[in-house]
Amino acid sequence: MNAFARLRHQVSFDLLIFRRNPAAAFFTTVLPLIFLVIFTSIFGNNTLENGAKVATLYVPGILTLAIVSATAVNLAITMTTRRERGMLKRVRATPISPWTFIVSQAIAGFVISAFMTVLIIVIGRVLYGVELQLDQLPILVVSLLIGAMSLSAIGIALTVIIPSEDAAPAVTNAIMLPLYFISGVFVPDTEVPEWVTTVGNLFPVSHLNQALQGSFDPISTDIPLPWDHWLVIAGWGIVCGVLGLRNFRWTPNR
Amino acid sequence: MSPAITVRNLVKSYGDHHAVQGIDLDVEEGEILAFLGPNGAGKTTTIEILEGFRERTSGEVTVLGEDPQSAPLSWRERIGIVLQESEPIPELTALESVTMQAAYYSDARNPSEVLEIVGLTDSADQRTRKLSGGQKRRLDLALALVGNPALVFLDEPTTGFDPSARRESWDMIERLRDLGSTVLLTTHYMDEAEQLSDRIVVIAGGKIVARGTADDLARQVNAVTQITWRPNPSDPKPPDRLGWTDDGHGRAVIGTNDVVVNLHALTTWASEMSVDLPELNVARPTLEDVYLQLTNVSEDVA
Repeated sequence: MNAFARLRHQVSFDLLIFRRNPAAAFFTTVLPLIFLVIFTSIFGNNTLENGAKVATLYVPGILTLAIVSATAVNLAITMTTRRERGMLKRVRATPISPWTFIVSQAIAGFVISAFMTVLIIVIGRVLYGVELQLDQLPILVVSLLIGAMSLSAIGIALTVIIPSEDAAPAVTNAIMLPLYFISGVFVPDTEVPEWVTTVGNLFPVSHLNQALQGSFDPISTDIPLPWDHWLVIAGWGIVCGVLGLRNFRWTPNR
Repeated sequence: MSPAITVRNLVKSYGDHHAVQGIDLDVEEGEILAFLGPNGAGKTTTIEILEGFRERTSGEVTVLGEDPQSAPLSWRERIGIVLQESEPIPELTALESVTMQAAYYSDARNPSEVLEIVGLTDSADQRTRKLSGGQKRRLDLALALVGNPALVFLDEPTTGFDPSARRESWDMIERLRDLGSTVLLTTHYMDEAEQLSDRIVVIAGGKIVARGTADDLARQVNAVTQITWRPNPSDPKPPDRLGWTDDGHGRAVIGTNDVVVNLHALTTWASEMSVDLPELNVARPTLEDVYLQLTNVSEDVA
């Protein structure tokens, strides 16, 4: 089996494991959809002056939530669990390259993110009349790619600071939940004080959210490619990737 | 043929704690060698150094021609490892687990055949979370064998098993011999070491205290046969020339390598004096005695 076939093989098993893990599947696939329904129920779905639906403003945030959950949150929890249960040590006892094994986790996270993106766009279109701006599709695709890969790297880096299986969901949520609130995922930027937005802008979640907003922006035409956002996301990904891989542990802390 | 494993003067220290204190070891190809010792003797530390999971403090180690500390990934193609504590992935079935891992090797065995070797064919499509403890251990072995290894490490393969599960595991490990693998197993059960291995190396306090077959070990500690009985307090005391001692629990003990002579002297005296010898017993040393004697002696030294 060559390197590519090995990678494909591992990704297919990682996706199988994800599908059969009820907690991961719920938090990544069902919860973002529930939030979409709740937001539109609470805030309504009126038609704006420009003809777009209000739900258009929620969809990028919901997408961000799904991508972060499929990559950073999922990897931080499952990789810590596998490490503490000796599963990673077993992997290390085989000739598979550590690189192949970890990259396949990120690719699986990307595939799940892509699936969720399609699902959320379809549901947004069918239930709430949210229009994807097709001429801005490249923004969506590139944001998805950079976002999923960078947030996977952040997930790997998180495993380094998480000491035990029990601590994994707590540490991950303690970091991610506040980030959602200051990154315009749950509350639009326009509704929060400026300093909150400033703090949020230090982190990649906010930039992923802003980059994705461009794909649905019904007002502006000719939106420039969001290079600034992509650079911040990728920068976080590269730094966390290097730190995470350098300090990654394959053996339990026990 | 060069040995599968060569170890010279291996030392592993953690600060002031010297877990392994100068071990020499040779494991020949095709041999099953048991690394026997009590908990904390340095077994797992040593085997993890051989497996490439720990770095040694000093000494030389060669496993299948490579230094485990610097061996390339391809070295792992020829090595199978059953870790002491490693759970299977609960979301996968037994067959899926083995199939996933088979792809990591360039010369893997057929996953179904491996499950048959370890006797898990009937549970092949069960999620691993539903397997019993014994079945999970079989799956561990299946995962270690799927890469068709020349050398297999088994770290305490039956610790925590009930007697019947142990028997089953033993049968399974016996089959490794038929597959032609070299096996290094650690255990703290003397009977397990005797049952499974060609040769036993006894380790205690980080040092090797004895090596050889089970019979060799019995000879090395010079274990004596014990003649015991429980004298009636009202009877005359046996004479000192019989070489007996009181064990402090009301029993008389004669330790001897010449059972016939000593037993004859005892029974002659008893019949002359018309004394009964209640609970008279002649016991050869058990392997367990040998093991305890070996590991205790070394602890006294340390």
